[in-house]
Amino acid sequence: MTVAVAMAVEWGARWVEVRKLLERPGPFTHPDFEPSPDTLKMMQENIRVLVIGAGGLGCELLKDLALMGFTNLHVVDMDTIDLSNLNRQFLFRKKDIGRPKAEVAAEFINQRIQDCHVTHYYNKIQDFDDEFYRSFHLVVCGLDSIVARRWINGMLLSLLCYEDGMLDQSSVIPLVDGGTEGFKGNARVILPGLTSCIECTLDLFPPQINFPLCTIAHTPRLPEHCIEWVRLLLWPKENPFSEEMPIDGDDPHHLSWIFEKAQKRAAEFGITGVTYRLTQGVVKRIIPAVASTNAVIAAACCTEVFKLATSACTPMNNYCVFNDSDGIYTYTYEQEKKEDCVACSQVPQELLVSPSDKLQDIIAILTDSLRYQMKKPGLQAMVDGKTKSLYLHSPASIEEKLRPNLKKTVEELGLRDGIEIAVADVTSPSTVLFKVKLKK
Amino acid sequence: MIKLFSMKNQKKDGSDAPKQGSQKRASAAQLRITKDINELTLPKTCDTEFPDPDDLLTFKLIICPDEGFYRGGRFVFSFKVGPNYPHEPPKVKCETMVYHPNIDLEGNVCLNILREDWKPVLTINSIVYGLQYLFLEPNPEDPLNKEAAEVLQNNRRLFEQNVVKSMKGGYIGNVYFDRCLK
Repeated sequence: MTVAVAMAVEWGARWVEVRKLLERPGPFTHPDFEPSPDTLKMMQENIRVLVIGAGGLGCELLKDLALMGFTNLHVVDMDTIDLSNLNRQFLFRKKDIGRPKAEVAAEFINQRIQDCHVTHYYNKIQDFDDEFYRSFHLVVCGLDSIVARRWINGMLLSLLCYEDGMLDQSSVIPLVDGGTEGFKGNARVILPGLTSCIECTLDLFPPQINFPLCTIAHTPRLPEHCIEWVRLLLWPKENPFSEEMPIDGDDPHHLSWIFEKAQKRAAEFGITGVTYRLTQGVVKRIIPAVASTNAVIAAACCTEVFKLATSACTPMNNYCVFNDSDGIYTYTYEQEKKEDCVACSQVPQELLVSPSDKLQDIIAILTDSLRYQMKKPGLQAMVDGKTKSLYLHSPASIEEKLRPNLKKTVEELGLRDGIEIAVADVTSPSTVLFKVKLKK
Repeated sequence: MIKLFSMKNQKKDGSDAPKQGSQKRASAAQLRITKDINELTLPKTCDTEFPDPDDLLTFKLIICPDEGFYRGGRFVFSFKVGPNYPHEPPKVKCETMVYHPNIDLEGNVCLNILREDWKPVLTINSIVYGLQYLFLEPNPEDPLNKEAAEVLQNNRRLFEQNVVKSMKGGYIGNVYFDRCLK
């Protein structure tokens, strides 16, 4: 038997197991689920999935989704491949070092998995606009950054459409988010506007460990203190490479310089344990990654993508933690939506104004009407993607600069239909959003 | 539980014009800083400067203490609020060269809530009070400028004289301080 025949046989039976899930009813299927051979076709031909991150989790996610039958995959990653990635980021080889992760990952999958097409973007997620994100049915994240998570969360929330205060469910793009740290991980399903979001649960993220500056400066006790001393105090003072050059954790020259200076400092204080690896770890804030944790979390995430795309099963509700540092522990619970979440509990309220209204008239509405009864509202608008301060009560320096705005009209301030105004006031624990609607 | 994709609304290629969601929204960090700034209550010794009033993420705080060692001085701090605020504290640097146990000559400030004790419930106002307190009660126990801390601990009178001298503009040891009297 030739290899080609063996392959054909293998591919022929490729969808047997997936079909069992999609063509038969079961106790866990979604109430609206209709078993049908068309579902597999729809999943293969129509569903566009965006994978954010092509690192430890990203490689697993792409492999899992491609093998499940998704053919229209897109991957964004801003990083290039480093030698230290190769133990777990299995789509990369030694020859790929230095190349963009998204590109190499896409090439590998496209070549290896029949009919799958991965489009790659060697970019930051912030490089794309709402148009781009709106074009996907689902977004899966394998990120190591809180800022990036908050950004994509905010982006998907901004795509929601409301009609008379009711959410238009066709504007919801589910976000499946995975995260790992050593032997611990979590997977969660976020339905923007419907379930708890990243911002609702921001306090679940472990705070960054910061040592007191005075300890670093004068009473170091740990090797980390010595490295932090070089990073925070010595580098900006000596600017070893050139003026104002920030530390690049991927530049071996930078790391070697920091390592040497940290060693000297450690010797001065009789501290042992400063190694090149530790230096790299502290400067890049590396937490050792474990391949098996990535595999488990990515599998959980992809299962959710499959469920959301096909309705073959109701999705996880909605937060799963996993820990296998000591035995195996996993628990899934419903992380509740925070009622005053600045990001997702804000359905912008309509603010009906006429183009000739002055800003002070709007403020009068906010303070005098029984509905709002605010005390000292501060207003900031979002115009063409930029913040524009309309009026703030404090501090004095800014209040003086903005005071002339009070006499300006809605038209003069450039407040068009649909522009959002963030209003901060002592009567509410967080900033409230309004949306300008011009009287006809 | 909603069913997100029916077989009917599966197109995503722009063939049916996508509904416009709202425009780009202010980030959570921006929404929070708007509130922080609008509710800033500055003590009479403090003032702010916003080079661009539309950008609340970058500004300066000017402290002119009216009592204590630093009475009569004028000290400028730069604030940079990052996209991860309030999960992470703002970056604060002292732009005025100052002879102070908890502020080094590069402008690094040793204030616990700016680093290890920062919590998202704290606000810009908390930092303002923290900085003001540093001028009223310099703390020689947690020094960043060790020389200044030693003087404060061993000879309060000399420390007081050094502070006055540095604020008038002059050398303390071999370090020159620019005049920073109000």
